[in-house]
Amino acid sequence: MSELSLERGLAAFREEMDAPVAAFFSSCVHCGLCAQSCPFYVETGDPKYTPILKLEPFRLVWEQEFTLWGKIKGTLGLSKKVTDEMLAEWEELLYDSCTMCGRCSLVCPVGNDLQYMIRKAREGMVASGHAPEGLISAASRAVHTGSPMGLKWKTLEVQIKHVESSSGLAVPLDKEDADYLVLLSSMEIINFPEYLEAITRIFDHAGVSWTLSTACFEATNAGIQIGSKDIAAELVQRVVDAAVKLRVRNVISPECGHAYTALRWEGPNLIGKSYPFRVFHIIEVLDELRTSGRIKTEGREMDRLSMHDPCNLARKSGVIRQQRNLMDLVAGNFVDLKEHGKYQWCCGAGGGVSSNERAEELRMVAFKRKKAQIEEVEPERMVTMCATCRTQLEEGLEDFNMEVPVVGLTEMIADHLVEKKKPA
Amino acid sequence: MSDPMEFLLWAKGPMFDWALAIFALGMLARIAEILMLGRKPNLAEPRGGEWGPGLRTIITRSVADPGTFQRAAFNVTVGWIWHLGFLVVLLLFIPHIELINSVLGLRWPGLPNPVVDAVSAVTIAALIASLVHRLTHPVKKRISTVEDYLVWTVTFLPLLTGYLAYHRMINPYPLALGLHILMVEIFLIVFPFTKLTHVFTTFIARWYNGATFGRKGVES
Amino acid sequence: MAAHKTAVSRTLGESLREHGVSRRGFLKFCAATASMMALPPTMAPAIAAALEKARRPSVIWLSFQECTGCTESLTRSHAPTVEDLILEVISLDYHHTLQAASGDAAERAREQAMEANHGDYLVVVDGSLPGPDSNPGYSTIAGISNLEMLKETLEGAKAVVAVGTCAAFGGLPHASPNPTGAVAVQDIVEDLPVINVSGCPPVPMVITGVLAHYLTFGELPELDQYNRPLAFFGQSIHDRCYRRPFYDKGLFAETFDDEGAKKGWCLYRLGCKGPSTYNACATTKWNAGTSWPIESGHPCLGCSEPDFWDAGGFYRALSIPNTNATGTLLAAGVTGAIVGGAAAALAKKQQKAEEDERQPVKIEELEQKL
Repeated sequence: MSELSLERGLAAFREEMDAPVAAFFSSCVHCGLCAQSCPFYVETGDPKYTPILKLEPFRLVWEQEFTLWGKIKGTLGLSKKVTDEMLAEWEELLYDSCTMCGRCSLVCPVGNDLQYMIRKAREGMVASGHAPEGLISAASRAVHTGSPMGLKWKTLEVQIKHVESSSGLAVPLDKEDADYLVLLSSMEIINFPEYLEAITRIFDHAGVSWTLSTACFEATNAGIQIGSKDIAAELVQRVVDAAVKLRVRNVISPECGHAYTALRWEGPNLIGKSYPFRVFHIIEVLDELRTSGRIKTEGREMDRLSMHDPCNLARKSGVIRQQRNLMDLVAGNFVDLKEHGKYQWCCGAGGGVSSNERAEELRMVAFKRKKAQIEEVEPERMVTMCATCRTQLEEGLEDFNMEVPVVGLTEMIADHLVEKKKPA
Repeated sequence: MSDPMEFLLWAKGPMFDWALAIFALGMLARIAEILMLGRKPNLAEPRGGEWGPGLRTIITRSVADPGTFQRAAFNVTVGWIWHLGFLVVLLLFIPHIELINSVLGLRWPGLPNPVVDAVSAVTIAALIASLVHRLTHPVKKRISTVEDYLVWTVTFLPLLTGYLAYHRMINPYPLALGLHILMVEIFLIVFPFTKLTHVFTTFIARWYNGATFGRKGVES
Repeated sequence: MAAHKTAVSRTLGESLREHGVSRRGFLKFCAATASMMALPPTMAPAIAAALEKARRPSVIWLSFQECTGCTESLTRSHAPTVEDLILEVISLDYHHTLQAASGDAAERAREQAMEANHGDYLVVVDGSLPGPDSNPGYSTIAGISNLEMLKETLEGAKAVVAVGTCAAFGGLPHASPNPTGAVAVQDIVEDLPVINVSGCPPVPMVITGVLAHYLTFGELPELDQYNRPLAFFGQSIHDRCYRRPFYDKGLFAETFDDEGAKKGWCLYRLGCKGPSTYNACATTKWNAGTSWPIESGHPCLGCSEPDFWDAGGFYRALSIPNTNATGTLLAAGVTGAIVGGAAAALAKKQQKAEEDERQPVKIEELEQKL
C-alpha cells in the first residue's frame, strides 16, 4: 500500500508551478500589506500569519527548481531544503489560519493572487501527509458516504417528507430532463432545514422545473477544502454523473460558499472536461427569476438588516449585485457593511477551517474582524447565503453575547412570496 | 583612488557593459522562465474576459483600497513617495535622459535640476523611513530576509551617491561620478537575482490577477 | 628669441630693467601672480623681492611627441606680454622651436647647459614619449630616443615640469590604440619632483605662475593628486563657469545654433565636460582674457584631464557611457531569453513527465494519517 511522503509532496508542489505562480513569487517585495487584509493576522497581531509567509515552502521549491539563480544557489549548496519538519510547522499556517478567502489577493500591491497559491500549496501538503485530522476525516466521510458529515439519504428523506407535508408541495426526485438539478449541503440539511422548504415553495411559485438526485445530493467538496485535486475530482464526478444521467440543463449549488467555487470554477478542470450543463448558485437563479418577473413578493422586513457576503460567492465568483437585488425585494431597511461585496471581511470559517477542530479557538479570534464590521453598522439581523458562514456568525455572535439573529436570504424570499390563489 | 579619471572611465566603460549584460541576461531569463511555464487551459465557463480586466488591474492595483490604506497609511504613503521620487529622479533628470537616449533612443523633456534635487532629498528621506519601518513593524520584521536589506542598500546607494555627486560633496568630481555609476552598476548586477525583478514582473503578476478574477466577473 | 649665454650671469631684476620693464609694471606683475596663485596680496612684495634677486635658472626644454601647440600657446603674443618676459628671463638653454642652433650644435648646447648647471636646472617637457616597452624608433631626436634623452637629461635636473596634457598624461599619442606605446613623463621620472601643467594646450598664465612660484619660493606649489598646481587646477570648470546658473535652472542648448545656444545656455547636453574638468579657463580665459571655449559656444573638451580623447566623445554628454550599450543590452537580452527559455522548457518538460507518472492521492493513504 502506497504512502504519502515528502517526495510526493515536493512533486505536487512542482506540478502546481505555472506562469502566474512564478510571476507572483518574482514580484513579492515583502511589503507586508497582505497581513493587513488577513483577519487571522489582524485579530491576533501575530506576524506568522502573514499570508505570503504561509507560502514559504512552496516558494522555496519555485526558487530552487524553476529559477536560474535558485539552481546556481543549489549547486553552491546555499539552498534551504524543504523538509518534513518544515511542512509540519507550516500545516497550521496553511490550514488553521487560512480560509482561502482571497482578500489578500485583492490587496497585494504587486498583484499577487495569494489565495490561488494557497490552494496549490495545499496539494503539496496533502501529498506529503501534512493535512489536519479534521479535514482528513471529512474527506474520508465524503468519499465513503457521499457526505462530509456522514449524512445519509435516509436522513434527507425524512426532511423531504417534512417539507412536502408542511408545504403541500412535491419535492421531485430523479426527474429526468428537468431544467435544474438541485444540490444541497450537509451543513444546511442539518442546521438549516428551512432552505429545502424555501426553494420548494419558490420553484413552485415561479414554475421552475427542478429535481433532486438520489444518486448525489451533496454539493460540498471536502477535496477542495483539504486541497487534493484527486479527491475533489472524485466528488465532482459524482455530481456530473448524476446530472448527465438525468439530462438536466443546469445544476444549482446551494447556500454554500466553496461548493459553488468547487463546482463552477474548479470542477471542469478537475475532471478534464467541460460540463454539458451550466452551474449556478441559488442566489443567481433567484435573481434571474426576479428579473424575468417570475417571483412576486409582498411585504418587507422592516427591521434594520445587513448582509454578509460569503467570500467564495462574492469576491471569488463575482456574485455581488444579485443578493442585493433580492434584498431590495424584501427589505425596507437594509444597510451594507462598510467594507462589503468584494472587499468584505471573511467570517473566519471557510476553506476547511470549520472542519478543523484544532483551529476552533483561532477561528473565533478571527471572527472578531467580522464582529467589528457588524458592530460598526449595528443591524438587528444579519442575512447571508452560506451555511458555514451562517453557522460561524451564529456561534460567534453568541460567544460574544451579541443578540443579532442570522437568517438565510433564500428563506427570507420564500417568506414573502405572494401566495398563489388556488382555483376555487 | 590615485587616478579618479581612470576610475570614472572604467565605470562608464567596460564595467557598464558588464553590468548591463548581467542585468539584461538575468532579467530576460527570468521573464522567459515565467512565461514559458504557461497556464493549464481553463475549461470552466467564463463570466468575463481576461485581457481587458488584466490590463485594468495593472493600473488600478497601484492604488490601495481605502480600508487597506487606513490600516497601513504609513506603509502605503512612504511607498508611494519613494517610488515616485525614484522615478522622477531616474527619468526626469536631464543627464539621465541623455543616458537613456544614448542606450534606448528614447527622449523626453526633463525637470529643472533644483526640482529633481529637492525630489531626491525627499526620496532619500522616504527610503530611510522605509528601512526603519522594515526594522520595526512586526510583520515586515518577521518576513524580511537578508535579501531585503541588501536590496535596500543597493537601491539607496545610487540615490545617495547621486546626491553627493550633484552637490559635488566628494572630490574630485570624476571620483564622485564614478562612484555613483558604480553603485548603479551594482544595483543592475544584483537586480535579476532579487526581488528587484518586481519592477518588471509586477505587470505580469497584476495581469494574471486581473485576468483570473476578471474571468470570474470580479474587478480585482 | 636669441640663444642666451649658458651661464646665468644677470639677476632677473637686472634683466627686466634691461628690457625696459618699469618697477611699477614689474610690481603689477607680481601682484597679479600672487592673486592668481591664491596668495594674499601681502605676498606681492615678497615675490617682487625674490624675483628681483633671482638668478636666471637654466631651463632645458625637451619636445617629444608633441604638436608644438603648448609652445605656441605660451609664446603667442601680439605685444610683449609678461608671459613673454618671464620666458625671457629664464635661461632657455635648449628649445627646438625657439633656439637658433640646430643639429649637433643644438645637442651640444644642451649638454653644456647640463654640465654647467648640474643639479640646478629645470627640465620642461612637452609631448609624450614612447615608453620602455615600445620601439624607441617611433620618436627620436638626433638619433637619440625620447626615453634615452629624457633619462640622460634628468640626471642633473632639479625638477621636471610636464607641460601640456601629452607630457602630463600621454595626451593624443596615448589615445586608443596608442600605436607608439606613448607614456607620460611622470611614468618615467622616479626620483625628481614632477609638476604637471596639463591642458591642450595649457593656459599660458599657468606656466608663468608655476615658474614665478618656483623662482620665489624655490619649491613647487601645492599640487593635486595629479601633481598639478592646485591654484590653477583646484577648481572645476563647472564651478567657475558663467553659464552655471543655466545648468542649475535646467536650461540647456540642445543643438548648436538653436535658441538655447543663442541665448548662451548651458552646454551639458552638447557634451560639455566642465563638471569633471579642472583648469583655470573659466576665470583666466585665453588670449589675454579674450574668451574661452564655452563662452564662444563650444562645450569644454576636458582637455586638461587624463584620457580626455578616449573619454566617450566630445559631443556626448558626460552621463553617456563609453560603450555600445545598446548592442550589449540586445545581445545579453536575447541570450537571456534563450537561456531562460531553455531552462524553463526543461523544467516544464520534467513537470509534465512527473505529472504523467504521478500517483493520485487516495483516500486510504490519507486515512493512514489519522
